[in-house]
Amino acid sequence: MSKVMVVTSGKGGVGKTTTSASLGAALAQAGKSVVVVDFDVGLRNLDLVLGAERRVVFDLVNVVQGDAKLAQALIKDKRLDTLSLLAASQTRDKDALTEEGVKTVIEELREKFDWVICDSPAGIEKGAMLAMRHADLAVVVTNPEVSSVRDSDRIIGMLDSKTVRAEKGETFEKHLMLTRFNPARAAKGEMLGVDDVLEILAIPLLGIVPESPDVLNASNLGCPVTLHNPASTAARAYADAARRLLGETVEITAPALEKPSLFGRLFGRKAVA
Amino acid sequence: MSIFDFFTRKRSAPVARERLQVLLAHERALTGRTDLAAVLQEEILAVIAKHIAIDRDKVNVKLDRSAQVSTLEIDIEMPQSMVKAS
Repeated sequence: MSKVMVVTSGKGGVGKTTTSASLGAALAQAGKSVVVVDFDVGLRNLDLVLGAERRVVFDLVNVVQGDAKLAQALIKDKRLDTLSLLAASQTRDKDALTEEGVKTVIEELREKFDWVICDSPAGIEKGAMLAMRHADLAVVVTNPEVSSVRDSDRIIGMLDSKTVRAEKGETFEKHLMLTRFNPARAAKGEMLGVDDVLEILAIPLLGIVPESPDVLNASNLGCPVTLHNPASTAARAYADAARRLLGETVEITAPALEKPSLFGRLFGRKAVA
Repeated sequence: MSIFDFFTRKRSAPVARERLQVLLAHERALTGRTDLAAVLQEEILAVIAKHIAIDRDKVNVKLDRSAQVSTLEIDIEMPQSMVKAS
């Protein structure tokens, strides 16, 4: 049974694309066949985060409009042969996507892959609507910060009303991925805590990804963090989240406060996880 | 981060800088024009289609953009009968 999962947030810059790439890679590393689809037409970035930016010939819009076959537009990851990318168009605008066209492409992808991950654009307009429309479940990416939580709440409302599944009266599965979490600031009460966000949004927690230089390094290099530095806290958070998505019970551990290393203390720099 | 990490760590920002330079050079050149790769593919296929029937599912297009050279690779499977006939 293949799954179509939308990664969404409402707000921009919270980590949707990083989460799509990292969860996609983690699921592929767990042996599943995965395709990540970029719905951000006009402002694509998933190709860049996955290091495939030099290899994009055809994209989602070409496939939706029948200019290219799906097989021609799929880009296989060079490091993980179970991971593929369907890029967004950079030169067209989001009106180039049609509901019918997207439906056909998603159905075709469903037949080829175990997991279809739709990376939603920010906002609540057409692109975001189409990304969630045919999904079976959603990962809501949220930062522990007021505007992000508010926008996530809005998106949760839309997942429960505007998706095909919701319109049929079925329940829509939603998971919260808390990203850019800074345990030190949360401990000092400067940042919303995990419990605060969970209480407000009231959807199950899929994982907590700490704010981390490993995530920045990974996108600089165009390699998902679960591949580039699997031992890092961020990579482990994504790998554990992938296992939870596959139905395993994995305990969620909140990122711990890390003491500054000797080097950090000597030079007055803070070591961050 | 230990002292050891500090000295052995490869810096990722220069890689990011180089990747962006190559990518943006291509994207800026593309603004306002249709994608050259797509146009080339269509025209090349049209020429070949004059001589043999092409199955669009058997056409494989690969592109690699680099700073100096880009390569466009179009792989077309030709049925044996067609090759003999032409």
